[in-house]
Amino acid sequence: MIGYLLRRLALVVPILLGVTLVVFLAIRLVPGDPARVMLGERANPTTLAEVRAELGLDRPLPVQFGTYLVHLARGDLGRSIATGEPVGQLIAERFPATVELGLAAMLIACAVGVPLGVVAAVRRNAPEDYLATAGSLAGVSMPIFWLGLLLMGVFSADLRWLPLSGRLAIVYDMPHVTGLYLVDGLLTGSWTAWVSALRHLVLPAVTLATVPAAAIARMTRGAMLDVLGAEHIRTARAKGLSEAAVTVRHALATAAIPIATVIGLQLGYLLSGAVITETVFSWPGVGSLAVEAVFARDLPLLQGCALVFAASFALVNLATDMLYFRLDPRIRKTNR
Amino acid sequence: MIFAKAGDAKRLDPADINEGESSAVTDNLFDTLVKFAPGSTRLVPDLATSWTLSPDGRSWTFELRPHVRFQDGTPFDAAAVVENFDRQRHPLSGQIFEYWQDFFADTVEDMTAIGPLAVRFTLKKPDATFLSNLAMFSEGMVSPAAIRRWGADIGRHPVGTGPFRFVEWIPNEKIVLAANRDYWGGRPYLDRLIFIPVPDPEVRLLELEVGEIDGMEGLSPDDVPQVLKDPELSLLTQPGMNVGYLALNTMKPPLDDARVRLAICEAIDEQALVKAFFAGGELGDAATGLLPPTVWGFDPEIPAYPHDPRHARALLAEAGYPHGLSLSLWALPVARPYIPDGERVAEAIQAELAQVGIRVQLATYEWGTYLDKLADGDHQMAMVGWIGDNGDPDNFLYNMLASANARIGSASNYSFYRNPEVDALLTRAREVGDRAERTRLYWQAQVLIHRDAPVVPLFNARQLAAFRANVHGFALHPTGQKDFWRTWISGGGR
Repeated sequence: MIGYLLRRLALVVPILLGVTLVVFLAIRLVPGDPARVMLGERANPTTLAEVRAELGLDRPLPVQFGTYLVHLARGDLGRSIATGEPVGQLIAERFPATVELGLAAMLIACAVGVPLGVVAAVRRNAPEDYLATAGSLAGVSMPIFWLGLLLMGVFSADLRWLPLSGRLAIVYDMPHVTGLYLVDGLLTGSWTAWVSALRHLVLPAVTLATVPAAAIARMTRGAMLDVLGAEHIRTARAKGLSEAAVTVRHALATAAIPIATVIGLQLGYLLSGAVITETVFSWPGVGSLAVEAVFARDLPLLQGCALVFAASFALVNLATDMLYFRLDPRIRKTNR
Repeated sequence: MIFAKAGDAKRLDPADINEGESSAVTDNLFDTLVKFAPGSTRLVPDLATSWTLSPDGRSWTFELRPHVRFQDGTPFDAAAVVENFDRQRHPLSGQIFEYWQDFFADTVEDMTAIGPLAVRFTLKKPDATFLSNLAMFSEGMVSPAAIRRWGADIGRHPVGTGPFRFVEWIPNEKIVLAANRDYWGGRPYLDRLIFIPVPDPEVRLLELEVGEIDGMEGLSPDDVPQVLKDPELSLLTQPGMNVGYLALNTMKPPLDDARVRLAICEAIDEQALVKAFFAGGELGDAATGLLPPTVWGFDPEIPAYPHDPRHARALLAEAGYPHGLSLSLWALPVARPYIPDGERVAEAIQAELAQVGIRVQLATYEWGTYLDKLADGDHQMAMVGWIGDNGDPDNFLYNMLASANARIGSASNYSFYRNPEVDALLTRAREVGDRAERTRLYWQAQVLIHRDAPVVPLFNARQLAAFRANVHGFALHPTGQKDFWRTWISGGGR
């Protein structure tokens, strides 16, 4: 297991290097001088030269990339042009918000998607199946910004049950421990702030959960259908087990691998910046940070965000692979 | 009071910012030596109580307001002023003092404290805009003790003399300011002033409607009728200090012929464009020249170019194009306040020019390339614009029409307009100190510019903000300044 883990970890390094290079080139090879764009109409030759020097744009591309890698190896992602803060610090400040939102959305997506898929498979071609399939199709195709605004309009503006946007009511300050407000609230006993954080989390998490919930439901249905026809299920039924026991203990357990794969992939997407949801709900995560970086043409910041997205995606995938060890005895044997 | 903006501030160091999300906050933390009077670009005392200019126009002496303290308790005095300007000359790594570069670096020779409360600036050459430049948000006075303590991180720990003091900044969640009870002008009415970023304009408006916030900027034009209808909300508009225009490249035939340029001016119906693109005229006005009416020196006598397609055709025939001609038009690739939707405006102009026989090919480039190519003079007709900095006519006319700024490669005179008479007037106007004299010079220049038609003036965009109806005492300012000092909330507030 350890050997396998190390091999997989070693593979992540070239992936990140590749991503770094692609992002680096993509940002620099698009037409237009970034310094010029940053300064806009007001650019004059002196300030242009200053900004170019500040960004290192006056040096050849390979030198720029080399310098970036050397700094990167030291854990230095550079400084944001817009704010002058270290990029690493800016991302670290915002990453917990993205993690909290992503995990909450994944929890909702699993809680909805797996049962929905199981029901659809068990009641194949019955009205429940059609309803579940239609529901997940709608979930996958729904434009997220529209759904977010719709939920906000109904639950915040009309019914006034939940707050509109942000992460915490303005009157509260959450003591900082992990940066995950729900955890910090519990750890420090800040109950009123905890309730406020939870209320703020509901709508963006539900919005963000729709696509993964739908994807999980479809995958669960498919995997379950494959398994339900298998011989060990017939045997289990023949032994006189209850239908519920057959479905959960025997069928769902066997179908777990493809379901875990889709969950892992979706979690990767969620952590690599819920760009739209974070923007609609003014959620201060890395997704909205990347949007700000694009608008401000903040190259180092944008580069840092892209790198963090790629890294979290790769690591979540790695974690999913590790999960196979628990779920599938065959992998355990071949990779020992 | 909670005020929502489209984005978070970048830094809270007034000298080290160049955009409105940050200056909206710093406007309330810092004072300048002189400031713009409410609603205009007239200059009035702020931290300086009076000033004199030497007869040679090169030496400004300021008497400073006594008994003023920074929010950290340190005194504001002549030494503090000198230190503030000195640090802009010597930026630390990571700092780019863009406004200092643009407005002071070439003119300021030295500054000295000539008494505890008296400062003298010596200029390399007379500069009539110097006083206006001091009123820009970038010249807010920062506590020297804080500058020394925080170094390049001063932008996260702002200390000024303004009506509000800094409390905390949770990035992308909120910036909290509290009343400065010792403010020399009298404490502000609001106890707390909180800025929050809400990027989506529809969500911002929803928050205002349900009362989660008290005010907002960046209202989407489509939402104006909704705000006007709602008795619980109030809409503020204010003509801005900006202009969107069409630069006609006078180096390129047939645009080197003033008759062709005039024909283009008369073929375009600015009023119709304003109705179509500025919410029926609610959000903007048709421009009559490059100087917006909010800037002193604007000549109200100069009429807009008439919309007269028949006369335009006659002018083209006279210039030797009885069967029309072909020209290219560059559409602005980004939304700017002065031209919110470049592509659609370009299509409308294309249709209007077709009426007089000018066949227009549209083109556009990515914003950075667009500006580069404009500076190189690659265009025939191109949309562009300007947002004023210091409320001085020089900031508009000299930048956009002086031949000194028509150098290929670094031009900001995108018409490459070169008229020695106009040059002489604009140069003289930036040197003489007397405002009445300067106004006269600018009026003369505007008459010549109007005749030569190097640009088609299009729009002056208005600024917009929406508030809950119980918010009082806030006014938008032509410079875009956001000053909450005299703002209050009736009914007890939050």
